[in-house]
Amino acid sequence: MELSGGHILVQCLKDEGVEFIFGYPGGSVLHIYDAIFQQDDVKHILVRHEQGATHSADAYARATGKTGVVLVTSGPGATNAVTGIATAYMDSIPMVIISGQVPSPVIGSDAFQEVDTVGITRPCVKHNFLVKDVNDIAETMKKAFYLASTGRPGPVLVDIPKDITDPNIKVPYKYPKKVHMRSYNPVVVGHKGQIKRAVEVMLSAQRPVIYSGGGVILGEGHKELTELTQMLGFPITNTLMGLGGYPATDKQFLGMLGMHGTYEANMAMHESDVILAVGARFDDRVTGKLAEFCPYAKIIHIDVDPSSISKTVRVDIPIVGEVKPVLEQMIELVKESKLKPSKPALEAWWQLIESWREVKCLEYDRGSLIIKPQFVIEQLYEVTNGDAYITSDVGQHQMYAAQYYHFDKPRRWINSGGLGTMGFGLPAAIGVKLAFPDADVACVTGEASIQMCIQELSTALQYNTPVKIINLNNRYMGMVRQWQEFSYQSRYSQSYMDTIPEFVKLAEAYGHVGIRVEKPADVRPALEEAFALKDRTVFLDFITDRTENVYPMIEAGKGHHDMKLRVAPGTPLNRELS
Amino acid sequence: MRHIISILIENESGALSRVSGLFSARGYNIESLTVAPTEDTSLSRMTLVTRGNDEVIEQITKQLNKLIDVVKLIDLADAPHIERELMLVKIKTTHDSREEVKRMTDIFRGKIIDATASSFVVEMTGHSSKLDAFIHGFDEGSIIEVVRSGPTGISRGEKGLHL
Repeated sequence: MELSGGHILVQCLKDEGVEFIFGYPGGSVLHIYDAIFQQDDVKHILVRHEQGATHSADAYARATGKTGVVLVTSGPGATNAVTGIATAYMDSIPMVIISGQVPSPVIGSDAFQEVDTVGITRPCVKHNFLVKDVNDIAETMKKAFYLASTGRPGPVLVDIPKDITDPNIKVPYKYPKKVHMRSYNPVVVGHKGQIKRAVEVMLSAQRPVIYSGGGVILGEGHKELTELTQMLGFPITNTLMGLGGYPATDKQFLGMLGMHGTYEANMAMHESDVILAVGARFDDRVTGKLAEFCPYAKIIHIDVDPSSISKTVRVDIPIVGEVKPVLEQMIELVKESKLKPSKPALEAWWQLIESWREVKCLEYDRGSLIIKPQFVIEQLYEVTNGDAYITSDVGQHQMYAAQYYHFDKPRRWINSGGLGTMGFGLPAAIGVKLAFPDADVACVTGEASIQMCIQELSTALQYNTPVKIINLNNRYMGMVRQWQEFSYQSRYSQSYMDTIPEFVKLAEAYGHVGIRVEKPADVRPALEEAFALKDRTVFLDFITDRTENVYPMIEAGKGHHDMKLRVAPGTPLNRELS
Repeated sequence: MRHIISILIENESGALSRVSGLFSARGYNIESLTVAPTEDTSLSRMTLVTRGNDEVIEQITKQLNKLIDVVKLIDLADAPHIERELMLVKIKTTHDSREEVKRMTDIFRGKIIDATASSFVVEMTGHSSKLDAFIHGFDEGSIIEVVRSGPTGISRGEKGLHL
């Protein structure tokens, strides 16, 4: 079969089993778009801004486990995609980005819409390629998908000059079945001796904690993690990226840890003597002050990426390998072992943990006459039976969603954890809804974040992706305001927008339903109404308490035991904003 | 501590910038970097001199290994090794100083590879500290130009860095 470069590229996507490609056309990719026009297997989703394409593809990957695919043109197409590529890179999301490039003969001449895409994206991709020969397209694409989805996943960019996809140059096409790269051999199975040592340490622990992250979800290790945790009877906490890796409604779950983690999770980490870290990377938002991190604990760390081990926190027993097979091996060893977890020690440990739970760190003023953001999330949880896909933007609303929506299943919580990209939520929701048209998909956002990719409301109409937008509208960049309140004596510098659009009208202008909700009593009926409108995208504009802060909070430079709580005992829950 | 990291890397365009970009992005320092294709032209060998404590060097080697184009690497400082650097020095000479420059070059086992009425070019290889010592043997005014390759190295014994 002889094909031109453009057709080869599209055929590669078909052979790779790609369902959707998120993109935006332009000069350098016109040959490719012409090939897309001539087939129906790969569906192209036309976004309104390339950032939206990357977030939609990214969220599609997060929700399905498949590799997300993006197609953008050269120059501004590629630079607009960079934020989304970096977002995927920080959270290790498998993604392949195809970018057009100016024709090979003019590369380097500052041609129209030319940028050094390979150079610009190099620090925020797992790998990238510049294709220099039409005969190399198929193998390069195979490598791109292989690299993106194996080992520690990540985005891979393939930059293709326009002349390489010339419809007049046809070459034989064959998609390689397998690809071998001598320089890339990710470790799968963990070192047996290390795993044995780890299990011995775990079984002799007095105050153990399991701390698991996004790697459990990416590595499909949630079942094994749950089995191991329940077998051992240990308390478990999840990172922001790890939520859903262990059922949040289970009694062994302590909630999220870190900067806005629960009191019990952070205190347990601080007081523990053995930590089993699974697919987590000791991010600064998790550890707080490194010198005070888990001072009494021996640390075991399972990670597929050796460079994650002992990067910030020195680890006692490193295990390099994929989470799932390593946990399987651990389960076997625990079953075989004569040594059992010490019952009295665990009982005493759980008693201490229960006393921390008594603090009820997530309690808030339920009698408030103004809508509390936490209340909206709790109602969302109930209305969707805890079974929706929740995407979020970045800020206070993201933390409320993480704290109050209890994720029992993996891949349900879709947020930009590492890069913290505002504008992620809406295009992400569209990507998820395309993957699961029958599922409830809600985007929890705020009035600042939503405006960063609001144009994708138009995409949502074109492709009929009826998502529900839960806008927690507090008329502030809430998290910025919160930091300014705590650390800058309430000097709210530029964290307030004097003009905010009427979101109901805006939603209607885009062809959707808009509902404004101002009273706590109206929250639930509005949510029920929105989710009953199965075929419509609904923008719910909740006017929430401007003064509300996210608690608990570990302020920058402090340790896990040094948390700011909402209230000292006996203090009223409502307060005025100074 | 000073480390010499020897890297086998795919001989692809952009491979060098992946390495140098990694160092600048993560705030590691590069003292010197030499690179050339190996006898297998699909591979390049890079020798990189850096400084850092054990934790930093561990991260550097892990991060380098993580680069898709890197096939293999070793930290030469982990075991006995030999390091050499090539230097070319252009030295101003006068009728009176020419013999002295020649003698110095002989002492350091260098070679004079170009001469004019008023200058010599000296070629010298050796440990970087030897090259430093040679340079310091002249007063600043007489050195016209110095070109150094940066150190390159190889481990002692029969084991080698290859595929």
